Amino acid sequence: MALLEVRDLHTRFRTDDGVVKAVSGVSFELDRGKTLGVVGESGSGKSVTFLTVMGLVDRKIAEVEGSVRYDGEEILGAPSSRLRHIRGRRIGMIFQDPMTSLNPVKKIGWQLEEAVLLHNDVSRDEARRRAIKALEEVEIPRADTRVDDYPHQFSGGMRQRVMIAMALINQPEVIIADEPTTALDVTTQAQILKLMKQLQDDHGAAIVMITHDLGVVAEMADDVLVMYGGRVVEQARVDDLFVKPEMPYTWGLLGSLPRLDLVASRLEQIPGQPPSLLHPPRGCAFNPRCAYAFDRCREELPELVAAPGKPNHRYRCHLDDAERERIWAAKKAALTPAEGSAA
Amino acid sequence: MTHYLIRRTFWAFFLFVVATMITYVIFFVVPADPATLAAGKATKPEIVAHIRKMLHLNLPIYQQYWLFVWNLVRHGSFGYSFVNGLPVRTMLGQEIPVTASIVFGGVILYLAIAIPTGVISALRPRSILDRTGMVFVLVGISAPSVWIGLILLYLVGFKLGWTPIGDYCDFLPHHQIGVCSGPGQWAYHLILPWITLAVGSAALYTRLIRANVMETMTEDYVRTAHAKGASPARVLVQHVLRNSMLQVVTILGMDLGLLLGGVVFIEIVFGLPGLGQQLVQAAPRFDLPVIVGIVMFATLAVIVFNFVVDVLYAWLDPRIRLA
Repeated sequence: MALLEVRDLHTRFRTDDGVVKAVSGVSFELDRGKTLGVVGESGSGKSVTFLTVMGLVDRKIAEVEGSVRYDGEEILGAPSSRLRHIRGRRIGMIFQDPMTSLNPVKKIGWQLEEAVLLHNDVSRDEARRRAIKALEEVEIPRADTRVDDYPHQFSGGMRQRVMIAMALINQPEVIIADEPTTALDVTTQAQILKLMKQLQDDHGAAIVMITHDLGVVAEMADDVLVMYGGRVVEQARVDDLFVKPEMPYTWGLLGSLPRLDLVASRLEQIPGQPPSLLHPPRGCAFNPRCAYAFDRCREELPELVAAPGKPNHRYRCHLDDAERERIWAAKKAALTPAEGSAA
Repeated sequence: MTHYLIRRTFWAFFLFVVATMITYVIFFVVPADPATLAAGKATKPEIVAHIRKMLHLNLPIYQQYWLFVWNLVRHGSFGYSFVNGLPVRTMLGQEIPVTASIVFGGVILYLAIAIPTGVISALRPRSILDRTGMVFVLVGISAPSVWIGLILLYLVGFKLGWTPIGDYCDFLPHHQIGVCSGPGQWAYHLILPWITLAVGSAALYTRLIRANVMETMTEDYVRTAHAKGASPARVLVQHVLRNSMLQVVTILGMDLGLLLGGVVFIEIVFGLPGLGQQLVQAAPRFDLPVIVGIVMFATLAVIVFNFVVDVLYAWLDPRIRLA
């Protein structure tokens, strides 16, 4: 049985302009100790999906439907008193912007201790000891003195380490990391990813890595969800996805990845804008931006179907197998360095 | 911190000098003769001249100012009223407690109303309580305090007879015959002035607190606190309130300084002998020592409360350093 099992999840926000369908029928599973990469542009619903899973969307404006089973227990719509025992204890969260995700008026130590004391019946001293240990674990130098500093006395990368320490302090089974490296500079990004990987090896936690960076997914993930317009448009094992992506949006994402081994002068881009979730396009949400769209794509939403011979590789596209084979072969040729063309 | 204190003290001193100097300059620019006023109607010129000499009004302005500074530094004296010859210090000593009683009582009352109302409105936006609160805010802001004071006085004090319609009673009990005193009487006589002061300000502060709490609730670190598993009440108390109080503290500090300079309308409506009423009486009589005394007290109040705000700031938000 999967640790986290999400079935047909919908999240809609009521706004003054109408109903925003942020998440429409998302399903996936996460096994213990595995890493799930969730990729998509801004507004694809990837963050909202996991905020919904955690019960962190504002119930006053959000309508939620579907099923979220955590360790066999249905937690969607569970009372917040029940969710509080899962949040921070069994599922830890790391957010995108470490500069704003820590309370500026409380000491780092206090904030870490709070996380301990909320879920464990231990003394303040013991909580502090654990806080220092957690800071050491994320390689913050002089943890025993820095524990008394305020967030503004830390750099961005250090603050993200603090966030990771806070998410890990109760040894959760799942860590949901919502673009944990987006706000950091490139060298710090690499350190943070390495740290997360190492901590995963040490603690055996499952990680959900929400990102718009396919490079991060390639490095970290076992499985991938590609999201677009609030829906899963492709899901696969990470190797399968990179070897043979099955639909045009994923092709676009792969094509827009900078590569050092190619002489191509320009990066490919996906033309147009992400779809409006207030007035989504008819049919396939990607059709207005898709170079291969035909009439059916504008009328009918493609189902999530399995790729030939791979039941775990699913995608949404109306193009038939032969067509997709042909287009990908051409794309792949463009993406593969030609013999002797190395710069 | 030491640097900060030294700089603060220097600024306080500087402000004192500037405020008093400006008062003296204005006094001499305005074409009026306090000696004639003090002497009364149809007096002989020699009597006016004598009075002028007694009050040192025959000296040039800079000498008068110097005399004032000298008396203040050497004797701790603020001088004597031109009108009735009483020491200004004695007069201020009687009036400051009156004004301070009105102001602090009123401020505590309106904070006691505005903080819970503002916070609850922020937690339940668009609820009935929030909407009712906002109507109350609109009324409170629109109605001038003089009008509210008079209406309360007429309805509650006169028609219903529930409260006195004026007068001030000392807080500390004493045994002067015919003069009321003691905390009970003090509060009883001040209820209407407090309510009058509170109505408008409670409205403003409710709106301010509501806006600040709502904004803080959307901060990322509040989401972090929820994600840690903290209960909504804990998130509010530990993470939201302190962060949303910065602006409130700033405005409260400014208001306290300003109000202590004299709550003129309330003092006049309720016949309370405070600084505001004294200022209104002293100004047309050109009673310079009294005016300067009140200006100095108001300056001090502003300085003190600005200092308190700064210290509170540093406590509320560690990013602000007293350097």
